[in-house]
Amino acid sequence: MVGSIAAIGAGLAVIGAGIGIGQVGGKAMEGIARQPEAASKIQTAMIIAAALIEGAALFGVVVALLGNNPQ
Amino acid sequence: MSKVKRLTIVFTLLIAFLSIKIDTFAQVDSAVVSVDSVVAESAHATSGEHGSEANHGKEKFEPTKVIMEHIADSHMWHLWGHTSLPLPVILYTPGGLEVFSSGNFHHGEHDYNGKYNNYRLEEDHVKVVGADGKVDEELSKSVLDFSITKNVAAMFVAILVILVVFTSVARSYKKRVGKAPKGLQSLIEPIIVFVRDDIAKPNIGHKYAKFMPYLLTVFFFIWFNNLLGLIPIFPGGANVTGNIALTFVMALGTLIIVNINGNKYYWKHILTPDVPWWLYPIMIPVELIGIISKPFALMIRLFANITAGHIIVLSLISLIFIFETAWISPVSVAFVVFMDILELLVAFLQAFIFTLLTALFIGMAVEEHH
Repeated sequence: MVGSIAAIGAGLAVIGAGIGIGQVGGKAMEGIARQPEAASKIQTAMIIAAALIEGAALFGVVVALLGNNPQ
Repeated sequence: MSKVKRLTIVFTLLIAFLSIKIDTFAQVDSAVVSVDSVVAESAHATSGEHGSEANHGKEKFEPTKVIMEHIADSHMWHLWGHTSLPLPVILYTPGGLEVFSSGNFHHGEHDYNGKYNNYRLEEDHVKVVGADGKVDEELSKSVLDFSITKNVAAMFVAILVILVVFTSVARSYKKRVGKAPKGLQSLIEPIIVFVRDDIAKPNIGHKYAKFMPYLLTVFFFIWFNNLLGLIPIFPGGANVTGNIALTFVMALGTLIIVNINGNKYYWKHILTPDVPWWLYPIMIPVELIGIISKPFALMIRLFANITAGHIIVLSLISLIFIFETAWISPVSVAFVVFMDILELLVAFLQAFIFTLLTALFIGMAVEEHH
């Protein structure tokens, strides 16, 4: 078997980020579709939320890097 | 003094600083050391694991090793090919202060006989070597390493850039009182106004002016260091903000400023939160841990984002070496360009998020009672 289980862990963490940011992005799109004038405010809020979610996912990646046991 | 003249003086000083020779070492007389032992060294490391394969005298490309080398801090600044810039090693031993150039280690091949001890470079840590030629772990632990490493030198470069930009902008403001901004001013002013109006004022309230220097410093320091880390050639290309020690210190700064400026409502909310008394055994430890965990998240977020970005770019470039063909380079370079554009966004975004959350925590600390 090749690779390490740390890589699987990192991949799982990124699934979480993908789902989270996807949700935020989707709701932001709906919001902009409903009220195009508020587009820039919604976009700013979306970017901030995406960065925070990504921070959480990268916690997982950092732990994967730390726990990596190369053969 | 004209801008060109000023910039020339500043850059001459920078180059002079980076070529500083420290006295104990008069043998080497050039600032840049070309070393062919790098090739011998990497062949050493890889030949052990791939003993079963026939090597044909060529070393196999190890992406993990190369990537980690680029991400990590180092005592020499590798410029291109086999040329490296040796940086000063400054050690505080129990005997006294020891300063010498890292070129003496010749990429880890030789030991250096210092004034108080003999030193060896092992995996980029300077270790003390006892009289028997083996590393003395006890003594190594008592030696404090204050070297100017690659990250420290890169930080100096970023500081220089920040100083040049901001003193020039300040000077133009003094010269052009009442007139419309011109040149660098018109680039920096909207950004500073953005930090004040969109980050400081909404989160801190009317006491924002006291914290503006710290917020502006944090924002520009992180942003410029992120950007310099993306430039592949010297003086950029050092992974400064991806070094957890640096982000730790920045988060520590936020921790100290937030808690020193906490008014009595802030501490009241932490120590006697607005919940029924029987929830206190849960709430108070949670709130106390929260004091530490919020800056901790700041530290990890910045470190992980920047390091992850660098690792991705380096991995995509390593594709060319893994497949060992030049035909993959258009694909690889296209991916790398796309990732670098994303990294530009991330550089700004991470600086913005760090500053925003710092302002938010400060705002929570200085909030008046409703």
